Amino acid sequence: MASLKELSKRTEGLVGGHRACAGCAASTAIRQILLAAGDKPTVTGICTGCMEVVTTIFPYTAWNVNLVHNAFENSAATVSGMEAAYRALKRKGKIDAEIQFIAFGGDGGTYDIGLQSLSGAIERRHKMLYVCYDNEAYMNTGYQRSSATPYCAHTTTSPAGTKIPGKPQKRKDLTEIIIAHDPAYAAQATPGYYMDLIRKVEKALAADGPSFINVLSPCVPGWGYPLNQTMNISKLAVETLFWPIYEWQDGKYKINMKPREPKPLVDFLKLQARFRHLLKPGNEHLLEELQAEVNRRWEVLLRKEQATNG
Amino acid sequence: MKTIAKTGNEAMAYAMKQINPDVVAAYPITPATEIVQIFSNYVADGEVDTEFVAVESEHSALSACVGASIAGGRVMTSTSSQGLALMHEILYIAAGNRLPIVIALVNRSLSAPINIHCDHSDTMGSREAGWMQLYCANSQEAYDSLIIALKVAEQTAVPAIVSTDAFIISHAMERLEVLEDEEVQRFIGEYKPRFSALDLENPKTFGPLDLQDYFFEHKRAQIDDFSKVLGTYNKVAQEYAELSGRYYPALEEYKTDDADVAIFTAGSTADTAKEVVDGLREQGRKVGLVRMRMWRPLPVEEIKAALGKFKAVAVMDRSDTMADFGGPVFLETRGILYDAKKKPLLTDYVYGLGGRNIDISDILRVYDEIEQVAKQGKIDKLITYLGVRGEE
Repeated sequence: MASLKELSKRTEGLVGGHRACAGCAASTAIRQILLAAGDKPTVTGICTGCMEVVTTIFPYTAWNVNLVHNAFENSAATVSGMEAAYRALKRKGKIDAEIQFIAFGGDGGTYDIGLQSLSGAIERRHKMLYVCYDNEAYMNTGYQRSSATPYCAHTTTSPAGTKIPGKPQKRKDLTEIIIAHDPAYAAQATPGYYMDLIRKVEKALAADGPSFINVLSPCVPGWGYPLNQTMNISKLAVETLFWPIYEWQDGKYKINMKPREPKPLVDFLKLQARFRHLLKPGNEHLLEELQAEVNRRWEVLLRKEQATNG
Repeated sequence: MKTIAKTGNEAMAYAMKQINPDVVAAYPITPATEIVQIFSNYVADGEVDTEFVAVESEHSALSACVGASIAGGRVMTSTSSQGLALMHEILYIAAGNRLPIVIALVNRSLSAPINIHCDHSDTMGSREAGWMQLYCANSQEAYDSLIIALKVAEQTAVPAIVSTDAFIISHAMERLEVLEDEEVQRFIGEYKPRFSALDLENPKTFGPLDLQDYFFEHKRAQIDDFSKVLGTYNKVAQEYAELSGRYYPALEEYKTDDADVAIFTAGSTADTAKEVVDGLREQGRKVGLVRMRMWRPLPVEEIKAALGKFKAVAVMDRSDTMADFGGPVFLETRGILYDAKKKPLLTDYVYGLGGRNIDISDILRVYDEIEQVAKQGKIDKLITYLGVRGEE
């Protein structure tokens, strides 16, 4: 695995001058991912969404590598096509470089409208890494709920009102849906634990087939926390078991961080405006429900790790 | 040159084989399925060295084609009806990115009600997407047009749809002449993309966000380039005629020189109408036919010149606009003729929706009626829904 010192010498794939919000985790994650990928030629694609919008406003671009944006739901299909053309052109002797492909999408473009395209690309086993930067809502259009939005979170289309306390449904477990496709590699990560993310990118790109990394990307305006807290919050998500960081390969689960004493979920929730209503008197039962759900999912994950490594 | 018997679908698949594209990404849909089914056999038998990507939807088919084309590949796909509708969003993206992708299309009705037979509602619904559109009258033309369209697309950076009529052409066996593989390859030449996302020396951002300050200029430039397609088409069609002996003008005129009246139509109906014209000519009736072959971009001056000769013209539309004013060909033709010095009386016959049969007696009736219009110098009925029960 590349050391921090080595990474610091590599050419940046995503450079400054883009218009991401101060404290944006997604731009940090993409920068880290492209550094991790940076020892080999890398060609990328991206869904319509925050990161595409803030990095590619014509005539400027923040990308130092080739980037293709097609539409909202088809980054996986688009990069499939690029990878297919690469194989054809390579076979015909028109290209000789070894190129690796990375597709990016937000949770809207991945969990929801782009799920079919991603599912198809993995099933066809295109050799590409798909990265979902998951900020848990349609942040680009102003904080609307997605299927990645957690239970009870306030968004502009799942507002916390007097009758309904935020999003009434639980989040979709996309990482497990992808694992059910039997990819070459799958993982959950977050830029708070950046060396873990970098190691996962290296493993994903080295895997023989399609790979997937779901990166939790805290969002300052959407989640409503002070902008200097992004990395702290992304670590708290792991330490409270809200977002376990783990990986899956060859049928085996590995949890990369097991807090000896997990912090209570409320430590993660209380920093964020989207969960503020849960701290009001009378909503204690919702906090309990959320904590119970996090514990349940953690137990299931532990059992999966145990069962597949026995 | 050899003579073989092939259906429209087989002819298109055969042209695709001889083109030997770098990538074909496709999803099956009746009645176009056979095209990629046959092509996948060519792939399986090593007769082409194409990457065949069997995607999970037409939306992803065209999305993958866009990716492959931006990567610098020569790219084709095939679809029909709902498939083209599902591609609709990406049609604009392919054209806006100037990607010379070619679709071998079989014209079929759009749902609802669901129907697998021919009309032109699918491609007419995509008129504004920035794709060249060619409508073929038979298998021979489908084969030839796919090869011509690819070359025009690559020279102009405008994507192309080449279409045949569902089942009438797609599944009907016909005699056709095909070129040798090497002749096709020589004709289309090696594809040299203008840019490639696999060019590592010159990294670029493709499909960026383009707001109020540049979008309009980019669209204007695209529109300007689109208007040059007809000129390139004429040149390439001429080159193809020299190679094959078969010439396909953007607008075909049949026995129009001294005609008083004409039918203006597209696709397989034009071939049927030619039979009718021949019969009527034997009776001494001055009738002709104008066939719309290229419909995007519109060959405006050609249409003006061709239709200006007649006293009356019956437009035959195989789709409707839901504008309560007939079909798209009628609407656009009226628009073209508005400022023409000489203009015919113009009526519209919407016919054959959902594969409703159109035969010689129907077309005879249209000629009878349009002759009547010419004779009395006025139109009694502007729009006729031909052969619909309860309308007559």
